[in-house]
Amino acid sequence: MDFILGHYNYWIVIFLMMVGFYTVISRGNLVKKIVGLNIFQVSVFLLYISLSTVDGGTTPIVKEGFDLYSNPLPHVLILTAIVVGVATTALGLALVVRIKEAYGTIEEDEIHEQDHSL
Amino acid sequence: MIDIFINITLLAFLAITAVAMVRMSNLFAIIMLFGIFSFLSAGLFVVMDAADVAFTEAAVGAGISTVLMLATLALTKDHKEKKPLGHRPWLPLAVVIITGAALVYGTIDIPAFGDAKAPPQLHVAPYYIEKSMPETGVPNMVTAVLASYRGFDTLGETAVIFTAGVAVLLLIGGRRSKQSDKKQDEGKDDEA
Repeated sequence: MDFILGHYNYWIVIFLMMVGFYTVISRGNLVKKIVGLNIFQVSVFLLYISLSTVDGGTTPIVKEGFDLYSNPLPHVLILTAIVVGVATTALGLALVVRIKEAYGTIEEDEIHEQDHSL
Repeated sequence: MIDIFINITLLAFLAITAVAMVRMSNLFAIIMLFGIFSFLSAGLFVVMDAADVAFTEAAVGAGISTVLMLATLALTKDHKEKKPLGHRPWLPLAVVIITGAALVYGTIDIPAFGDAKAPPQLHVAPYYIEKSMPETGVPNMVTAVLASYRGFDTLGETAVIFTAGVAVLLLIGGRRSKQSDKKQDEGKDDEA
């Protein structure tokens, strides 16, 4: 039971990762692919924050009367990752808009058909 | 104890929302569910003592990402995902299950959730926890590390965001109105 409770977080994180991965590789709609990429991203955030948690610890802000804090370093890394993630999402969505203008569709197989590339 | 209960419930909600997103084909509903997904993860970050991350996820992940996706939907006017005809779900499913099984096998060695003696807690983190207040005078350790110890990291992050912003402007800025006029003209020709 302790083993399951101690690893439940990581298993759900892996499940979310695989759901995002599956969306990216199996769906042809470009907007849905980007949503899948975002699910994958959030699962990585959850992995890092899970690793930083300490039992009985508090938020890492110095205050009298508390001496056990969670690890602040993964929080910093994930703050950076969230903001960079939004920047890449914006770039991907801009590409989707351009593809729609050029091809008239955002379905991958229709784009391949127009290009005779598959 | 209540922490663990909330943690388990929110993670289960996250998993359910993610599966619902994959199964749906209405893009508007998918984007709304993505907003819910981001807020659930923000709540989870609060439970796991990462208040700063939760703020950022709620504002940037749930807010800006969702708005950007809705804007894309408005520009592309495609609200329904078409299922590809020659759709074979078993190949990606097999890839995903094998990868997932390998990753789960890897978690067996990971120290249990919340273990204070786990390797990530023993390396550089105690230094930040003990020294950040006397060295930088900022009570919030995350801010101290972000802006002081790892200031160059944050500078690099800013450069990445600037580059992405310039790229987005180059891709869809400027001649946008002219293009859409041409599109509408073409549409009228087709109808005629």
